[in-house]
Amino acid sequence: MIEVRELSKIYGDVTAIENLSFEAKKGEILGFLGPNGAGKTTTMRILTCFLPPTSGTAIVDGFDVQEESMEVRRRIGYLPELPPLYTDMTVESYLQFVAKIKGVASAEMRSRIDETMERTGIAHVRNTVIGHLSKGYRQRVGLAQALVHNPSVLILDEPTVGLDPKQIIEIRETIIGLRGDHTIILSTHILSEVSMTCEKVVIINNGRIAGEGTPQSLMAQLNQGDVLRAHIAGPREQVLAALRAVEGVVDVAEDGGGSDTEVVYTVTAVSGEEVHDRVARCVVDGGFRLKELRNLDLTLEDIFLHLTTETEEEVKV
Amino acid sequence: MRNFLAIYMKEMRSYFVSPVAYVIAGVFLFLAGYLFRNILMQFNFFCLQFSQRAQYMQGQMPNLNLNEMVVTQFFAVMDFIWLLIVPMLTMRLFAEEKKSGTMELLMTSPVTTVQVLLGKFFACLSLYTLIVALTLVYCLILEAYGEPDWGPIWSAYLGYILLGATFVSVGVLASSLTENQIVAVLLAFGALLLLWLIDWSASFAGPTAAKILSYMSIIEHLQDFQRGVIDSSDVVFYLSFVFFSLFLTTRVLESRRWRR
Repeated sequence: MIEVRELSKIYGDVTAIENLSFEAKKGEILGFLGPNGAGKTTTMRILTCFLPPTSGTAIVDGFDVQEESMEVRRRIGYLPELPPLYTDMTVESYLQFVAKIKGVASAEMRSRIDETMERTGIAHVRNTVIGHLSKGYRQRVGLAQALVHNPSVLILDEPTVGLDPKQIIEIRETIIGLRGDHTIILSTHILSEVSMTCEKVVIINNGRIAGEGTPQSLMAQLNQGDVLRAHIAGPREQVLAALRAVEGVVDVAEDGGGSDTEVVYTVTAVSGEEVHDRVARCVVDGGFRLKELRNLDLTLEDIFLHLTTETEEEVKV
Repeated sequence: MRNFLAIYMKEMRSYFVSPVAYVIAGVFLFLAGYLFRNILMQFNFFCLQFSQRAQYMQGQMPNLNLNEMVVTQFFAVMDFIWLLIVPMLTMRLFAEEKKSGTMELLMTSPVTTVQVLLGKFFACLSLYTLIVALTLVYCLILEAYGEPDWGPIWSAYLGYILLGATFVSVGVLASSLTENQIVAVLLAFGALLLLWLIDWSASFAGPTAAKILSYMSIIEHLQDFQRGVIDSSDVVFYLSFVFFSLFLTTRVLESRRWRR
């Protein structure tokens, strides 16, 4: 559905993206993850025909973004980071205008607008002037604008940025509800969002792809060994010595925790072995008190940091 | 055509939903009315003076022409007011879209740059024409109390629409260059004033340069229309000017696409 091959964009001396290649299949939600300034918006602007690439090709629904720009534009819905709203229009007249320029046939206009407003939950504010709406509602109107012509591809640039937690959940649910009918590319710098909504993740840093795959596969890729978090009360030196002596433990680090008698330790152990039991036993045997012991799952956060710092080191070399 | 109409209607709507159209029409008509009244009073005064002296002049009455002394004068002051007002009508056309991010919506929709540009240009020109048409009331007042010659009046209005199109095209170009509306208004105003006064420097230039400079003056070409002469060379001047400005605007708007 979307095919990006060796895409590069250079602004003067600044290379925004370099040799990006990725794919999204029909009905998939692809998460585009990266820190601010990584090149997410640039990539999206190229996909939406707003900017031309310096080199490389991007194909959307079988059409090249440069050669057949008009065909591509008919097939995409785009929500930029700043929703493109005319604040002096009412929600309904705004959507009518967008539907017209997106080429929705007059006969379908009514039903398309009603359906979109229903889907994005803005039907009850249809006669409100957009300038009077809250940020959350404006974002929904922005989403409605991208959906009104029923595009096969949806490109959403940081759709939840600046919203409160409740609004974030609502927008996210709306997006998940669109899965299957539309191919969606969603950019974000919030990791939990990706693991919640996307089937596929592309991590981008400094304009290059730093990692790619399902959220699960990315986590598995980096999950080397078990990491435990142990909150133990007892004399620090003794606890440290006892923990280090446990079979299978590779490294023990202090995570802070304040006083001399109570410390949180991060215990790294060889993968697969049941270190839990042995750590617990060692604590009890040593006469210390165990306050908390749990497995630390590597989150997307860790993967992200791992991958992005790695590439930075590469760049320095 | 559908896209053009969609953009055109959107722009017209935004002029009339906001106070812009009403304030501009109100201020313009007030100023124009004030000037018209004074010009008319002056004409009355002349008439009175000459009729009192008529006996001494032994039938050699000077030619007191309503068209020349009222209509032409009135039109001459009106175009200066428009020079000030049009940049304010055009300043938001592209600058605002760029600032608010809606340019991204237009440029990623299946509409061409030319459709967007013409929609905006004609919307602004329509508003201008509408307000100019309201000044016909003054000519009707003349008709009620005198006998103006309607030929030159109509040709002057045609000239006015062409002049307006020139003003609007320069304003649109200025607006496309920036996302700051104040910059847009100043650029448009500066460019128009320069084109207005350009024939002044013709008096100090060589014969060829002087010809070119005075040809460039946007106001020079209006004088024929006010005399009731529709010269095709004047029409061609205005139309080619508009075409050239609009062409430059499309280049500016599309420059983002060829800046690789």
